[in-house]
Order: sequence, then C-alpha cells, then structure tokens
Amino acid sequence: MTKQKDLQKPFVGTLMAKNRISYIMIAPYFLLFTLFTILPVIASMFISLTYFNMLEAPQWIGWSNYLKLLLEDDIFVLALKNTLIFAVITGPISYILCLLFAWIINEFKGKLRAFLTLIFYAPSISGQAYLIWNIILTGDRYGYLNGFLLQYDFIQEPILWMRTAQYIMPVLIVVQLWLSLGTGFLAFIAGLQTIDKSLYEAAAIDGIKNRWQELWFVTLPAMRPQLMFGAVMQITGAFAVADISLQLAGNPSVGYAGATIVTHLSDYGGVRFEMGYASAIATVLFIMMVGTNRLVQRFLRRVGE
Amino acid sequence: MVKSKARPVFSEKETLRERLFRRKRKLNRSRAGNVMLFLFMGLCGVFMVMPLVMIINNSLKPLDEIFQFPPAIFVRNPTFENFSDLFILMSDSWVPFSRYIFNTVIITGCGTVGHVIVASFAAYPLAKHKFPGKKLLFTLVIFSIMFTYQVTMIPNYVIVSYLHINNTYWALILPAWGYGLGLYLMKQFMEQIPDSLIESARMDGAGEIRVFWKIIMPNVKPAWLTLAIFQFQTMWSNTGYLFLRNEELKPLQYAMQQITAGGAARAGASAAVALVLAAIPITFFLICQSSILETMTTSGMKD
Repeated sequence: MTKQKDLQKPFVGTLMAKNRISYIMIAPYFLLFTLFTILPVIASMFISLTYFNMLEAPQWIGWSNYLKLLLEDDIFVLALKNTLIFAVITGPISYILCLLFAWIINEFKGKLRAFLTLIFYAPSISGQAYLIWNIILTGDRYGYLNGFLLQYDFIQEPILWMRTAQYIMPVLIVVQLWLSLGTGFLAFIAGLQTIDKSLYEAAAIDGIKNRWQELWFVTLPAMRPQLMFGAVMQITGAFAVADISLQLAGNPSVGYAGATIVTHLSDYGGVRFEMGYASAIATVLFIMMVGTNRLVQRFLRRVGE
Repeated sequence: MVKSKARPVFSEKETLRERLFRRKRKLNRSRAGNVMLFLFMGLCGVFMVMPLVMIINNSLKPLDEIFQFPPAIFVRNPTFENFSDLFILMSDSWVPFSRYIFNTVIITGCGTVGHVIVASFAAYPLAKHKFPGKKLLFTLVIFSIMFTYQVTMIPNYVIVSYLHINNTYWALILPAWGYGLGLYLMKQFMEQIPDSLIESARMDGAGEIRVFWKIIMPNVKPAWLTLAIFQFQTMWSNTGYLFLRNEELKPLQYAMQQITAGGAARAGASAAVALVLAAIPITFFLICQSSILETMTTSGMKD
C-alpha cells in the first residue's frame, strides 16, 4: 500500500489527468480571477516602476516613483499619516463593536434578534445613505447637528464641520464606525449561534463565574475561525476608506485633513493619469493591507490560550 | 482551559427559592450586567438608526420643512411631493429613465447570476475533490480578500481596455464574476456537506457535473442566496464611472447621483433618491437574513 503511494507520488501529471474534471470545473472562475485579481497585483508592481500615462508605452524609471512618494510628496505623507490614524482607531474599535453587539444580540431570540441585527447591519448595506451625514453636518444653522447644538446653547455660532481641518478626522471616524458593522458582524452573529451550549455548562462547573470570563475562556476560543475572518473584513475596510472622505470633506479637503491613501490614489490614477505613480501608491496600500492582515492573524491564533 | 477553582454551580447553602430563581436566568448572567449592556446597546442602536430615520422623514418632508430652523427630525406634514418631483426629474433626463433601470438590471443581474454559477462551479472541486494545486489556489483566494479593489484599479482599467470591453456592460460584469469573497464563502459552506451523500450519488452512476447540479446545488441554497445578496450589494452601488462613457449604458446609481448633485434646489428629490437607494438592499437582506446567517456560520478561517 505504502509502496504504491510512493510510486504514485511523483507523477503529478497523472494525478492531474485523473482529476481532469476538477480542473474543468474551476477553470472559468480561475481564468477570471487570474485576469482581474492576480495579474493586476503583479502588473501594479511592475507599472509602479515605470512612467505610464496610458497613451505612450510605459518607460522604466526604477525606484524613482517610490522615492518621490516618500521623500518629496508631502501630501502623500499626510495621507499616509491620516490613513494610519484612521486604521488604528476604526479598525480595532469597529472590530470590538462588531463582536460586542453580536455578543449582546446573541442573548435575544426570534423576531427581536432579527430586528436588532438589521438595525446594526443596515447602514453598511444602504449604499450611499451616508450622504445623509452631509445634511446632519451642514455648516449653517440648518444642519441637524448645528441646529441641535445651537438650540440648547452648546455653541453660539454654527460650526463649519467639514470645512474646519481639526473636525474633519474625528467626524470621518464617527461616520466610518457607523458604516463598519458589515460582513464581519454577520460572521460573528452566526459564529455565536453555533457554539455548543454544553461548553458553557461545563465551564460553569469548572469555575467560570461571570459573563466576561465566559466570553474570554469559552466563547472567543470557540469562535476563533470567525474572529479571524472578521478581522480580515474590518482591517481591509479600515485601510480602504475614501468615499466618505471624498463625499463629506470634499477633494481636496481643507488642509488635506481628509486625505487618505485611496483618495491620493484616485487623484493620481483617475484625474492626473499618472498611472506609474498611482500604482506605486497602490502597491504601498497593498503591502499595508496584506501585512497588517497577516500580523493580526498570527496574533488571533493565540486568543484564549 | 481554565484553572478550576472548584466552585459548584449549586452550593448547599442555596435555598430552594434561590435555586428556582437561578433556573429562570441564564448561566453566568447578572441582572446588573444585563441592564448595563442592553442600555449601552440601546444607545448605540439609536445612533445607528437615527440617520436612516432621518432619510425616511426627509423624503416625506415638504420643502419648507427641509429648510427650517431649528431642524426637526420628524416630519409634521408628510407629503409625497418629493417622489413626484423625482418622477418629473426622471422624465426629462438625457436618455429615457427606463434605460438606466434596464442597464442596472442587466449589470447587477448578469454580474450576480454569473458570479454565483462560476463561483459555485469552482467551489465544489475545491471543497470536495483532491487534486494538485488545490491548496495554492485557495490560499490565493484568501489572499485576495485581504485587499480591496482600489489596489488593482489601474491595471484592471488597462486590462479591460486591452480586451476591448471598455465602455460595454462586460467591463463591469466580467470582473465581478471573479470576486474572491463569494468563492471563499461558497467553498467553506460546501465543505460541510457529508461526503457519504456525494459517494452514494456516484455509486448510482452520477458524473461529477450531475452530482454538482443534483446533490450539491440544492444543498447549498443558503450559500448561493448569500452570494447573490452580497454580490447584488456590490453591483448595486457601482456607478461604473471608470468604464462606462456612453450615457445609454450608465446604471441607475449614476443617474441618481446626478439628481443628488443638483444641490439645495433638489434637496427634496435627493431625499427621495436616498430612500430608494437604501431601501432596496435593506429589503433584500431582510428577506434573506436567515439564509445569510446560516452561510456565515461556516465563514470562519481555519489555519
């Protein structure tokens, strides 16, 4: 038996021929996946080392896009700083909120539970509904927030929320958090449902005294796969923030206070057509997203140990 | 797991009354904790739902209520003026408004159905067959959900141009078929189908394609509904501004954005737009919630 296995092992070709049907079935998907995901990642890295404006053939210029990016482009450095602040705050907070709300919702049953899930999940799927924040944050006294603050004498003059550099970042963070209970949140709710109830009883006998201990020692380890999936969703989302900045703070925003890597990317890629430079920005973004994800995955494997 | 400080669940000192009372409550749940957490969640729930309430109310407000000080969240004299304004604006758009709706139906429809079929086809061998390269391919898919589409936006544009599908529906539809998240969720869900089910079908002489259609697909109905909903949400909010230049190819979302861009003069109509754009994906989610949650139970990442 083992001998037979050893003999078969080297012939990958035979194995592939035997599994012809498998390859036929995955072919359409992986053709498209390669064309629109794998190839672009590689191409992006290549284009980032060239000067490319879509009209002429790309010209090889080596590392100079990256040097310009890191040494000369003040706005990029600002955008990088903003994105990092943004990701460091909204990433973990949104992750914890997803988990916390999912955990509390798990105490409910039936219709109420479905209703609560809907309320928390709805903002993330209602497309451009976040534009309502434009009305909430209108700079004159007709804005909901100014109106409210003026009415109760918290402020004397209406505040130009989205035209004052110091308010842009905090406001964008709040809006992003409002939007951030997405796929990861659903994964947590679903994950909590599947945990074996007898684990809790066993843990109580083992001396778990309150819900927090139960959460840390029983619940979290039992839903570790979902925790890892949710982390990917939240991290990736936290780095990619751009649309809310463009729509609420404008482009360019006052003092570039709302500039992020992706707004900078769409500025160079979509407006100036400096594709080489934009690709360098995209590559930096790619490394940040994937790097952070890998790091957090490694950390999450240790939850509850 | 836990260093046990032996503490019996029911101590001998407990009276019968305490015991009955404990039965009613769940394990390890103090009343104070419940109150605190539910209160916290209630407050956050109000914060989450408030903007949506504002959208609904705004769309029903007559113009003088939209511009009033102090601004009121709730409408006093509800009217459907804004929706009729929206219809008037729609009727004198550049191309007939039905064209935008048609475009959206084609783009989201093909993008969604195609993705579900193509991704399910690929997910079955990845979940249930053994073949060289399987692990690598799935690792690549997991890798792909770790970054967003902006990373690949520029090469995608170049590739779409090179394939000569720029400025056609295909520019939006084909890339959508190859999205990573759908395949990931589908593969994870298919893995839980018992092998014995597939084996017995093979015993009966069914080929792999037949097994796929007759055994796998009916059993993963929650998963394909979920893929459809997620894909619909992505496609629905796509304005296609990068790829579509001809006005008669642009989707509804684009047309709606143009109405919203009208500013204060169209505040009423754009409130109605916001409601329409938000209501459709929310409704779809509402209908399919239980299927989606069922799919997400298998969404976890194993090492």
